[in-house]
Amino acid sequence: MSETEYDPDVTIDARGSTCPGPLMDLIGKVKEADPGTVIELQTSDSGSKGDVPEWLDEAGHDLLEVVEQDDYWSMYVETN
Amino acid sequence: MTETIAIVGGGTGGTVLANRLADELKPELESGDVEVILVSDGEDHVYKPTFLYVPFGKKTVDDAKRPLADLVDRRIDIRNDRVEAIDTDDKRLTLRDGRPLRYDYLTLGLGAQLVPDELDGLAEGGHHFYGPEGAQRLRDELADFTEGHLVLSVIGTPHMCPAAPVEFVLMADAWFRERGLREDVEITYTYPIQRAHAIQNIADWASAAFEERDINLETFFNADEVDPDEGVLHSMEGKELDYDLLVGIPPHHGSDLVVDAGLSEDGWVDVDKHTLEATEAEDVYALGDIADVPTSKAGSVAHYEAGVVADRLASHVRGETPTATYQGKTICFIEAGMDEATFVDFEYGTQPTVRKPSKPVHWAKLGYNESYWLTARGLL
Repeated sequence: MSETEYDPDVTIDARGSTCPGPLMDLIGKVKEADPGTVIELQTSDSGSKGDVPEWLDEAGHDLLEVVEQDDYWSMYVETN
Repeated sequence: MTETIAIVGGGTGGTVLANRLADELKPELESGDVEVILVSDGEDHVYKPTFLYVPFGKKTVDDAKRPLADLVDRRIDIRNDRVEAIDTDDKRLTLRDGRPLRYDYLTLGLGAQLVPDELDGLAEGGHHFYGPEGAQRLRDELADFTEGHLVLSVIGTPHMCPAAPVEFVLMADAWFRERGLREDVEITYTYPIQRAHAIQNIADWASAAFEERDINLETFFNADEVDPDEGVLHSMEGKELDYDLLVGIPPHHGSDLVVDAGLSEDGWVDVDKHTLEATEAEDVYALGDIADVPTSKAGSVAHYEAGVVADRLASHVRGETPTATYQGKTICFIEAGMDEATFVDFEYGTQPTVRKPSKPVHWAKLGYNESYWLTARGLL
């Protein structure tokens, strides 16, 4: 398991879900989160590495880090 | 001792399952070794794809329903009742007024619930065609709509019949052209992710069709608020769209019953995507929209899942090891206007090919909508 410096306020387990499931799960959480919330999105869909940063850029939130785990990715996001 | 198979929900999944069981377990039902109880909240079975045609005056709301009793085999015990709670440890349902119903095997076909109130202003400012009242209201609104900006916004996913919003704007385009009004009506379609549809090949096809027909496409548009007074739709991404007529595909929810029963945290039943067995309880299946499987919330999915669950339940009853599995088979007819259509079919992990739209496929879709009642009877 890879390490990260971020301690998420919210963790979304979207492993096993296919596009656009992980992104839509993230959008749903961002919608109800206060600014400054750190969210960990766990996704096994490689497409998330493209569509999540693209949406964050569009919506004005920050991608803090992407950590490769054994069989999924942890994407750390901070809301603005 | 009689074994009880309880089915909750008289939609496509529950109805097809009941009829398939009536056929597969005919000897056991007639000998009294098994009983199948179908609990449905209402006397009618509703075929929701009909509602797409209501706004354009091609179908009526009444065309979408038939009495459940006319569709379900006489060997099935139909209860017009409502399930208030599910106890999977004691294998017991609580019905309206607190009456219990014990089961040996349970299948949930609870469908999806529309929750327009989840988005501020949507219930007041928006229309939809996902239920009878909404479709009728939209029909009346469209009939008087002669100019302005029609915005169709897919507010959230997952939602029922994922192709229907694409179909709606393509049909609206053709419908306004037929009436000589298209130059006075601007049409915009919005979608939450970076393309026009969750499935890449359908998105590519829809984008090209929209461009050809002068339908605006807004992607990465997650509606945040509707301002009915000003006629403005706001998005999480900071965009604003002025509208004169808003068709908003409402957010969908699963069921609180599912959460309360510990079958999932989000209201869609967690199931094994191949066996359709609930992962959090024994002898519980889910099918149709309420089952959390990685394919569309579509009638064809419920239909094919029902065949698998029927085979598996029949095996359980006979003391055999169930072997039937669902591989994600999904078929969707997609209207591409008022007189042509295409269709897609796919399974888990595969991308559909979108065929060139044609009149015969449109006629096939209309024909299937009529013969659907044979599907509900378990015959087609």
